Amino acid sequence: MEPVDRRKFFKFAGLTLGAGALYRFAPPARGDGGGLMDALGRANGERPAPFTFVQFSDTHVGFSGEPDPLGTKAFERAVETVNALPETPDLVLFTGDLTHDSEKPGEHAARMKRFREIAANLKAPLVKCVPGEHDAGLDGGTLFRENFGETHYSFDHRGVHFVGLDNVSLGKPAVGKEQLAWLQKDLERFPKTAPIVVFTHRPLFDLKPEWEWFTSDGDQVMNALAPYENVTVLYGHIHREHAHVEGHAAHYASRSLIFAFPDPESGVPKKPVPFDPAKPFQNLGLRRVSERPPSRPDVEQVELTLREYAGTVGIQQLLRKGEES
Amino acid sequence: MKNALRFLAIASVVAATAAAVASAPARADAPRVIPVAARRFEFEPKEIHVKKGESVVLEVTSQDVTHGFFSRKLGFDEDLAPGKTVRVPIRADEAGPYLVLCDHYCGSGHGGMKMTIVVE
Repeated sequence: MEPVDRRKFFKFAGLTLGAGALYRFAPPARGDGGGLMDALGRANGERPAPFTFVQFSDTHVGFSGEPDPLGTKAFERAVETVNALPETPDLVLFTGDLTHDSEKPGEHAARMKRFREIAANLKAPLVKCVPGEHDAGLDGGTLFRENFGETHYSFDHRGVHFVGLDNVSLGKPAVGKEQLAWLQKDLERFPKTAPIVVFTHRPLFDLKPEWEWFTSDGDQVMNALAPYENVTVLYGHIHREHAHVEGHAAHYASRSLIFAFPDPESGVPKKPVPFDPAKPFQNLGLRRVSERPPSRPDVEQVELTLREYAGTVGIQQLLRKGEES
Repeated sequence: MKNALRFLAIASVVAATAAAVASAPARADAPRVIPVAARRFEFEPKEIHVKKGESVVLEVTSQDVTHGFFSRKLGFDEDLAPGKTVRVPIRADEAGPYLVLCDHYCGSGHGGMKMTIVVE
């Protein structure tokens, strides 16, 4: 891993919810980046401007089991939490495993529908999704496309170029040649200093191949992005926080909204962290990240508790079958 | 003329080699072949023991859907189409357990589909 001069990065301040992360995008002042702002304005028709967005990941709608008997409760709480933020985020990105697959006829489609119903409660004006293997690994993305459109695409928002990548629909942890060619073409029009946010499901580097925490052609994706100086990659899949900087790119994993996986370096097997009724949203809490260039970011851990963030009095209400809390 | 002679010389060597191969008995150091079955959501056998430096060929066959057969440390990543046997040569010079996993998503039990190759 190479050290990175973080002054080259645009300022990102992030608040990772159990939901994911709230990112604040703050382009440099005109004095040190006016030329770049002009170039970006010409490249994509819109000059960069400050805004916030949120990343949700691994909601696994339809899953209900030992590691999380609460099903969609954390997802619903996260929606409420984000809606209660003083500043409504411009955008919510979902980085895959929106649903938990089912081979019972019609059930997976019903779970997609349920996901959409919950996500529709978000006040954010723009919601974008990429699939995880539980959404698209069995049918090559057919059901996902019916519900959300293409599995990979790009768009621009207030001067930032967002790229959604699909590294699950081939069945394998891979993006594939066709999508790689599309990515290279997609990036062509941007200056090297363009702020780029890639969002995808699996990590694009070898985080833990033995746990299938990798993308086999992730190195080719990162090679395509290597000329660009301001790249942020947001991903999920690993159900825990992780930050990794390599070259010009900073990679951030979001927590999940269903259950957590342990630290792969702890030597334990890959099994979900057991559910604790006393702390039902443990490991689905907040992470606040404040970039203070040129220093490393401050990382603050804030636990998502029912009292603070959900307005309910206790877990027993949530566990009581059929009761709306 | 020179080319014609060269052709004859090569042809003779090829013919001699072919004859030798056809008549040779099975070599004592031929790689050991181990069959492996893949099905949702397990490999059978779950554990294989090989010797350090030993050449082994795993003959892997999926009995149901498409699976993957992946080990970063042993350097293979194969797709297993149903019913088609894939030969995976392995040789490890370092002792230790090597995890092999299915990396082609095959259903909600996919995460637990793995086996171990123990190099002794």
